[in-house]
Amino acid sequence: MSEEKEALFSKKNRSLLSDPLNDNNPITVQVLGVCSALAITVQLKPAIVMAISVTVVTAFSNVIISMLRNLIPNRIRIIVQLVVVAALVILVDQVLKAYSYDVSKQLSVFVGLIITNCIVMGRLEAFALANKPWRSFLDGVGNGAGYGLLLVVVAFFRELLGSGKLFGFEVLGHKGVTLAESTGLYAMGYENNGLMLLSPMALIVVGIIIWLQRSKNRKLIEKH
Amino acid sequence: MQELASLFVKSIFIENMIFAYFLGMCSYLAVSKTVKTAVGLGVAVVFVQAITIPVNYLLDNYLLKPGALSWLGEEYASYDLSFLSFIMFIAVIASMVQLVEMIVEKFAPALYGALGIFLPLIAVNCAILGGSLFMQQKDFGTLTEAVTYGVGSGVGWFLAILAIAAIREKIAYSHVPAPLRGLGITFLITGLMAIAFMSFMGIKI
Repeated sequence: MSEEKEALFSKKNRSLLSDPLNDNNPITVQVLGVCSALAITVQLKPAIVMAISVTVVTAFSNVIISMLRNLIPNRIRIIVQLVVVAALVILVDQVLKAYSYDVSKQLSVFVGLIITNCIVMGRLEAFALANKPWRSFLDGVGNGAGYGLLLVVVAFFRELLGSGKLFGFEVLGHKGVTLAESTGLYAMGYENNGLMLLSPMALIVVGIIIWLQRSKNRKLIEKH
Repeated sequence: MQELASLFVKSIFIENMIFAYFLGMCSYLAVSKTVKTAVGLGVAVVFVQAITIPVNYLLDNYLLKPGALSWLGEEYASYDLSFLSFIMFIAVIASMVQLVEMIVEKFAPALYGALGIFLPLIAVNCAILGGSLFMQQKDFGTLTEAVTYGVGSGVGWFLAILAIAAIREKIAYSHVPAPLRGLGITFLITGLMAIAFMSFMGIKI
């Protein structure tokens, strides 16, 4: 029973939070939850809202399943997990609809798709079913944050290069109809890269991030 | 009839689940190492998609939509249960997958042998739930349209995973830079394929 005396933020528990940010990133290493990561990264704002929603759902579904883990019969655990996750997602969806309706419209079906987001199910299966609630909570927050980190990085590049904005502010200057009306970089003839706004570029940006991450962190390289 | 045909083609190519919406990417990346397993999963997805989307369509129209309960009597017409759609859809999908698995096991053991391990995986494939949610958003007029959309989106997913699996089988023989091996190169190829699929976008059918 030494585990019970463990400090709340012992070294082992801290690594639960920090590992998913790099060495065990849910998207680039565990390959979980890729679907939604790609579709909603055109702008930073929806990406951050999505990251927070996924973190909340992962953390709390981890806690709930971890508390129920000794009560759930093994054979129906998938359905139990789906119901718990779906209930949490409905809560998140209703909160988003009430407090930031425009973002919720932008995210459209992708809020609902958190239910089948593999990060949530993957962490429930891999971690919450075998660990105590507090550790599961940290694991959920860590994985949500790792997912969010990648989302924010991708959205940063796509919004900056695609529309010259960050959070909707024109950071590269204002683009007028003619060169004379433009300011900042646009006055020198800079053009936005419209390709970055299209969905395929999300895949390519993630591909490049994986490339960079693995060339820095060579133990992640796959063998054939 | 012509409308159905155009909906079918549209759901396969223009609104391809993988290349336009990135739904079902997790199993798309995980199960595309060989063509054989990719075909197994692809067929299973078409199968489940063709069943769950019409069932969810009926559920949406006769239970969940605002005013859907009016067949019970006048006083129920004002109910709006659409906030329950996530939980209802996912329950239908999970139980349908279970049911399909049992029926296939009983009546087509050969097919079960081929699909067996893939069927449970499908319950958490975002393409399935995504298909149902898009169906709800598109607000189809008839059940036939929902069936067509279900089959079409499944076939689109099937084509995508078949294509990437064939490419990955071939790419095993080439010298990919070490950090790109496996996952990285698959992302880049999928990106290029998605750009190619965008050329379908302007087509009016």
